Amino acid sequence: MSETTAQEAASTDRQERGFLSRLLSGLVRVREVSILIVLAGLALYFQTANGAFLSEQNLLSLAQFAVPYVVIASALCLLLICGEIDLSVGQSFAFAPIVMYLAYDKLFLVLPLAVIVGLLAVAVVGLINGLITVYLGVSSLITTLGMFFLLAGLNVTLTGGFPEVTPEASSVTQVLGEYAWAGTIWALIIIAVLQLVLARTRWGLHTYATGGNPLGAREAGVSIARIKIGNFILCGVLGGFVGIIEAFRIQSIDPLAGGPDIVLLCIASAVIGGTALLGGVGTVTGAFLGALVLTILRNGFTLQGISAYTFNIILGVAILIAMILNVYVARLRGAGRA
Amino acid sequence: MENGSDYLRVEGVVKRFGAISVLKGVDLHVREGEVLGLIGDNGAGKSTLLKTITGFHRPDEGRILIEGDEVNLRSVSQARSLGIQTVYQDLALVNELSVFHNMFLNGEMTVGPFLNNRQMKAKTSQYLADMGVNIPSIDTEVARLSGGQRQAIAVARAVYSDAKMLLLDEPLAAMGAKEGALILDLIQRLKEERGIPMILIVHNYAQVFDVCDRVNLLRNGRIEYDKPVAESSVEELTELVVSEYRKARETGNGG
Repeated sequence: MSETTAQEAASTDRQERGFLSRLLSGLVRVREVSILIVLAGLALYFQTANGAFLSEQNLLSLAQFAVPYVVIASALCLLLICGEIDLSVGQSFAFAPIVMYLAYDKLFLVLPLAVIVGLLAVAVVGLINGLITVYLGVSSLITTLGMFFLLAGLNVTLTGGFPEVTPEASSVTQVLGEYAWAGTIWALIIIAVLQLVLARTRWGLHTYATGGNPLGAREAGVSIARIKIGNFILCGVLGGFVGIIEAFRIQSIDPLAGGPDIVLLCIASAVIGGTALLGGVGTVTGAFLGALVLTILRNGFTLQGISAYTFNIILGVAILIAMILNVYVARLRGAGRA
Repeated sequence: MENGSDYLRVEGVVKRFGAISVLKGVDLHVREGEVLGLIGDNGAGKSTLLKTITGFHRPDEGRILIEGDEVNLRSVSQARSLGIQTVYQDLALVNELSVFHNMFLNGEMTVGPFLNNRQMKAKTSQYLADMGVNIPSIDTEVARLSGGQRQAIAVARAVYSDAKMLLLDEPLAAMGAKEGALILDLIQRLKEERGIPMILIVHNYAQVFDVCDRVNLLRNGRIEYDKPVAESSVEELTELVVSEYRKARETGNGG
């Protein structure tokens, strides 16, 4: 009699756990959906609080302001999924336009060629980050922290510390960011391609495998060195590219554009969007939506005249909640596994 | 079978990690269609030997021959292209990925630059059905499967990536009796139906006799015992290992 009861209790327990883990895995899968709801809620709130929020003018400035964040967060997302991080990407964002400007102004290269030189420079930055991390075994947190300061110094040294004006207007500069919606279009294309690469190609699958089980991936013959170095280069190049676009938009090349703010916000975006800092989990769509949430928060607060300090408090709380949820969900998934 | 030609020969293989020689001159061979059981104490170097045969480690000395030809294995991919497939102790499965993505990890089917998920799913279902393996859904992450199911997926992956030889590192470790029986059954069928030569690292001697044709003992970095299972017994193998332990204790080195 008591045995039956115990069995029943055990089976109910199992069912409940099954239900809970199913519910939570459902939640993980609809992570993007929950962020979308947060986004809609924020838009509604700010529109109610200030009618200017959804005006055409503000939507444009919102889109323009979001471009660097969504692109860098999405590129970082791939790197985070394969188990690495790039703290120097904000400085690459400032470095690429500076190198481009020098190639144009001092080496007299035509602008498209100068752009390529700028992108090559940040590709080399990504390559160096990758080589040091993968082959010398230095944690990418440290490697890219070093690179952050190195580039910060270079950016100021190369320009003498003063902003430069971008090359004079042409169809090339229009395409590269002067046209009001150019950055937004580039960003959407880049994000769509990145999501496609991550979700539908071998590169993406191996990126997940490298972060999820590095030893297992190696045993299966996946070249995790190639995956990691490739994603470092990708991150650097996209960070630099969006830096060039931003420079043309504001028609100024600012040596101080790459402060710690931008990279930390982008890491926060990816994390809020469901990317695991330890690798193996995440989506570009999630990182993109995470970056949008932060952009809207900041823009909405600006419209309301709330200070940046308050924004930081809310950002901090949002990151903490997102991380606690991540840990909690991972633990429950672990329990469901047994 | 007894007179079959060698599929694999390992001759005088030495592997050092820093100052420590784990393998001190291993000679080993596996004939066509033969299942070799490899036993040895913890830390005897069984996994190192396996990883040397699969190109994960490179031998410091000695040579490896496949079907009579010396091969210089530089990578796992290269060993794999020669048909040497391994199921590692940790299974080399990625928990975060689905069953069918794990099944084709690093051997993915593609259409142009994109993954052909539909075809990989169909093939995975077919392979698992062929092998009599029951998985709730091939879309689930492998993290959600039992130890036996995970092992079965790892074995299926090795077999169906055009394996000419299969290396299994402790396929029955940490497995219940029922799941262990499922895997032994699977190995037996692979042997009978496909005649794939295999090396099995096993801890439980009784299991060696269930599926293996011959048994080798790796000790002190060398193969110190090599007999067909028909001429060996669980008692003899146990005695071999225990006597070593006693000897070590008498000379004061044992633990």
